[in-house]
Amino acid sequence: MEVKRESLPQELDFRSRQLMARDMLRGELEGEELERYVEQAVMTTTLEKAVAWAQGNSIYPLTFGLACCAIEMMSIVAARLDIARFGFEAFRASPRQADVIILSGRVSTKMAPVIRRIYDQMLAPKFAISMGACCSSMGVFNNYALVPSDKFLPIDVHVPGCPPRPEALAHGILRLRDKIQHNERAGWRERYDALGTEEILPAGAAAGDGPLAVTAPHADRHSGGIAGA
Amino acid sequence: MSTASDYRKREESVTMSTESAGMGETHELLTLNIGPHHPATHGVLRLIATLEGEVVRDIKPIIGYVHTGIEKTAEQKAYWKAIPVVERMDYLSYYFNAMAYCGAVETLLGLEIPPRAQYLRVIHLELNRIMSHLVWLGTSALDLGAMSMFWYCFREREAILDLFEMSSGQRMHTRYFQIGGVIEDIPVGFAAKVQKFVDEMPTRADQYADLLEKNEIVLSRLRDTCTLDKETLLGLNVTGPLLRAAGVPWDLRKAKPYSSYEHFDFKIPVGSVGDNYDRFRVRHAELYESTRIIDQALNGLPDGPHIADDRKVVLPPRHELATSMEALIHHFKLVTEGFRVPEGECYYPIESPRGELGCFVRADGSAKPARVHMRDPSFVNLQATAPMVKDSYIADLIATLAMVDPVLGGVDR
Repeated sequence: MEVKRESLPQELDFRSRQLMARDMLRGELEGEELERYVEQAVMTTTLEKAVAWAQGNSIYPLTFGLACCAIEMMSIVAARLDIARFGFEAFRASPRQADVIILSGRVSTKMAPVIRRIYDQMLAPKFAISMGACCSSMGVFNNYALVPSDKFLPIDVHVPGCPPRPEALAHGILRLRDKIQHNERAGWRERYDALGTEEILPAGAAAGDGPLAVTAPHADRHSGGIAGA
Repeated sequence: MSTASDYRKREESVTMSTESAGMGETHELLTLNIGPHHPATHGVLRLIATLEGEVVRDIKPIIGYVHTGIEKTAEQKAYWKAIPVVERMDYLSYYFNAMAYCGAVETLLGLEIPPRAQYLRVIHLELNRIMSHLVWLGTSALDLGAMSMFWYCFREREAILDLFEMSSGQRMHTRYFQIGGVIEDIPVGFAAKVQKFVDEMPTRADQYADLLEKNEIVLSRLRDTCTLDKETLLGLNVTGPLLRAAGVPWDLRKAKPYSSYEHFDFKIPVGSVGDNYDRFRVRHAELYESTRIIDQALNGLPDGPHIADDRKVVLPPRHELATSMEALIHHFKLVTEGFRVPEGECYYPIESPRGELGCFVRADGSAKPARVHMRDPSFVNLQATAPMVKDSYIADLIATLAMVDPVLGGVDR
């Protein structure tokens, strides 16, 4: 929604604006002149921008820890780094209420489908941060047991380190905020076909089935054959 | 159907028991899945709980969600390059993992550790014990609804991590223990900072006690819940604070001292009943005892080298590389191939914050270990959860899980 406004005529130079402002302060502007002044003085913006600004400042992360990095993830909430300054402190235990999932630690082949399912349960707009070396590249281990998170999940921000310092994670979070607010994310999810939002149950599986029995066909597409291997 | 989903089917084959004690005709058993993503499981533990109303009749832990293949990876690395991998098993007690592994390899090599290195190890081990207990206390109190504890505990934890960073350069997984001693001597000013922390810590621990001991909710959730007697615990091979809470003063630091623990004067906190309250009290009392050990080790810190003087095993000092050809050769051999360990096997147990942490290393004469196995206390202690929570309320299950304090990285490895 674009707020309509007529721009003031160009010939109205700085001096005359100043004079108008002085009139305004005296309470002498009236009618059409006043409206014009208000339209010029009040910040106008598009709704998308306003929403992005709000979104970027109130990201709710999911309470989700995997390994070592989870301990450092907890310490960003603690007093020293106090991530509440950026509206990030409200950890949500349910994926339905969370905006961002922080993969904090190593992802094993057994855990990967579970993570994908949790991610699918989150509601759009949703983001993913991959924290630590294991999660991004299998880290020091680099063996049969682990999966890099890019294989099964669209990751917005990678935070390197083993484990990353809390400051590094905070930096990653601020990068995510910039991404959301300045619309840097535009396009990449489309390019990589990473727009999945819903949990898709495979044909024949009832909704009340065992919690881990289902792997969405959606997940298979991104897992690169790991979940279904 | 693919193999992976087959596996998942099998995993779900937990059947509901129909012959539970005290089950009436109108009652129904409910199978509830908790985890692997659940905030109260302290990691990625999955529990399949069989409930009758609100009462837990049976739980089945399912593990393996952070299986990392660390033991296998350690076999592919030279002895001293395996230390960083081994450290990441139980990620709250990295110094202990390194200590158990280094101790086993040193025993196989027959290496004598200089007294200063032993004392430095004790200082760091006990700081790590306090740090681990602080994380436990903060998160457990969070589970019990006492939220402010988390902030107080993490304040002190940051102080300890600053000390770790000062001596080794890393906050977690420091790789400070090297085979033969410690990798570097402590920097100037470290001792004064540790002393300051040691002087402060008892007051902080008093503060925790004030916050929790007078909290009616915490007390009623801990007292007389999920008691388990010492015979059952010993039968399940449980060690550490859980066993001590049931009244068995079993502590490897006293029973089989390693790294000069016999030089220090400290007591073993022992519980009386073996309920959740005792488990909490025993760990809390250990905060004071660890502080006392650090104080003694710091003030009695002997002079001398911080690492053994065996050039076949220990890296030569950096400054010698520019002047001594022999040092350069040793350095090259150690960094490329590593050192060889004579054939044999060794089990080296130490007392970690969670119990007996033992490292088994089998050497086949080459530069890589033939087998590395950890007896992780979290893994063994976890099996005591089911008998503890049997026939108690599901709310007590959460409290008990917090008091058992399993670290899933250690369980799955």
